Amino acid sequence: MKIKSTIIDAQAFERTLMRLAHEILERNKGSDTIALVGIRTRGEFLARRLARKIQEIEHKELQIGFLDITLYRDDLRGKLNQPLLKGTDIPFDVTDKNIILIDDVLYTGRTVRAALDEIIDLGRPATIQLAVMADRGHRELPIKADFVGKNIPTSQEEQVRVLMAESDGEDAIVLIEPEKGPN
Amino acid sequence: MALTSRHLLGLEGMAKEDINLILDTTISFREVLERPIKKVPTLQGKTIVNLFFESSTRTRTSFELAERRLSADVVNFSSDASSVRKGETLKDTARNIEMMKIDMVVMRHSAAGSMDFLSRVIDANVINAGDGAHEHPTQALLDMYTIREKFGKIEGLNICIVGDIAHSRVALSNIYGLKTMGATVSVCGPKTLIPRHIMDLGVQVFYDVDEALASADVVNVLRIQLERQDRAFFPTLREYRQYFGISRERLDRTKRSIVIMHPGPINRDVELSADVADSEHSLILQQVLNGVAVRMAVLFLIGTRK
Repeated sequence: MKIKSTIIDAQAFERTLMRLAHEILERNKGSDTIALVGIRTRGEFLARRLARKIQEIEHKELQIGFLDITLYRDDLRGKLNQPLLKGTDIPFDVTDKNIILIDDVLYTGRTVRAALDEIIDLGRPATIQLAVMADRGHRELPIKADFVGKNIPTSQEEQVRVLMAESDGEDAIVLIEPEKGPN
Repeated sequence: MALTSRHLLGLEGMAKEDINLILDTTISFREVLERPIKKVPTLQGKTIVNLFFESSTRTRTSFELAERRLSADVVNFSSDASSVRKGETLKDTARNIEMMKIDMVVMRHSAAGSMDFLSRVIDANVINAGDGAHEHPTQALLDMYTIREKFGKIEGLNICIVGDIAHSRVALSNIYGLKTMGATVSVCGPKTLIPRHIMDLGVQVFYDVDEALASADVVNVLRIQLERQDRAFFPTLREYRQYFGISRERLDRTKRSIVIMHPGPINRDVELSADVADSEHSLILQQVLNGVAVRMAVLFLIGTRK
């Protein structure tokens, strides 16, 4: 992976997370009715970080869970490498909650579609709101984020990565060189 | 990560990584079974045929539930009312079914090796649901998953299989799988029901059940097949119970906390006393629950494999 340019560095990343936490609380009038659900893998890390920030602001317990959307993907048959199941872990009833669905990058919208289907199989939330760290456009489905860390207009060939300390050693949003496909 | 083979014919020779992949994948499907809607869309558009040449209720039901909970289309084909009775060969039956555009076949057959044969004559993925006295891999996988769930590991545990080892595909698949995973395996039963060369598989043989229990962490009790009783492998059921039946007194005497498993259906008070079967040491109902999840994992891994 070759980094072309850094769009957001670690400091700005932290400020962005703090803004997202406040926006989520503002929209939902506090944290009483909400629960965070992160899409594995990086959405899980983002959900944990946001949960910590929200708890620091509100001083209340917050429910948090994680989704593995593999079983709901629409491209399972076309994949070259079978993805390893990491498991869904939602230790609370989603019914009547305001679910904040969290992912790193919003692109085609297909991952979010799968996540919506999976959450609805678990119960009937009052609302599902989408929070993403980066929105790079190019939607293939009618899906829109409620909370966006950074809008990054890109061409189809460019790739956006959200890096996180938990998996990548540092926090950042970067543009990377497109990987050369095997010819 | 993907399974090495596109079929599941048996556990003999299956790599540890493959077994671990199936057991790890099962964890996700156990979670699905706890949901209000116990169904995921993963195998939508796939057609699976359950081809049962031997009668079976629980294995077929377990497979069918697993298939439906993965949203596959399911067709059941059993021997009683079919062309098999009219003399059609296995190859012709399979080819005919395959022409109907199916993706996977789950088969049970009385002939050992029929799975291997089937996998060579058709293009669909083949999953063994029991072939003769050869293998019953999904049963052994669910047994291993249940053991791992209980103990957190398989390696280093002492597992004793008691009963009719000679006619048991459950025993053979368990021996192959457990040995690969690093368990110590022993078998125990009347001499007439222990195959002569079984120790070549690296298992210890006991003819005295109390001796076998003395070091066991898990006892997997096999069903005594009453339908074989006319061939007199042992004198009477009463005598079998006396010498090999797993009872409360027998377990208490070991002063060990031994976990009890059974592939079902149980002959209560023959191979296993009723109070032991229903005790807190029994994982028998857990095995049934895990069976559906393990079969979902196998169908998922094979059905979405390239």
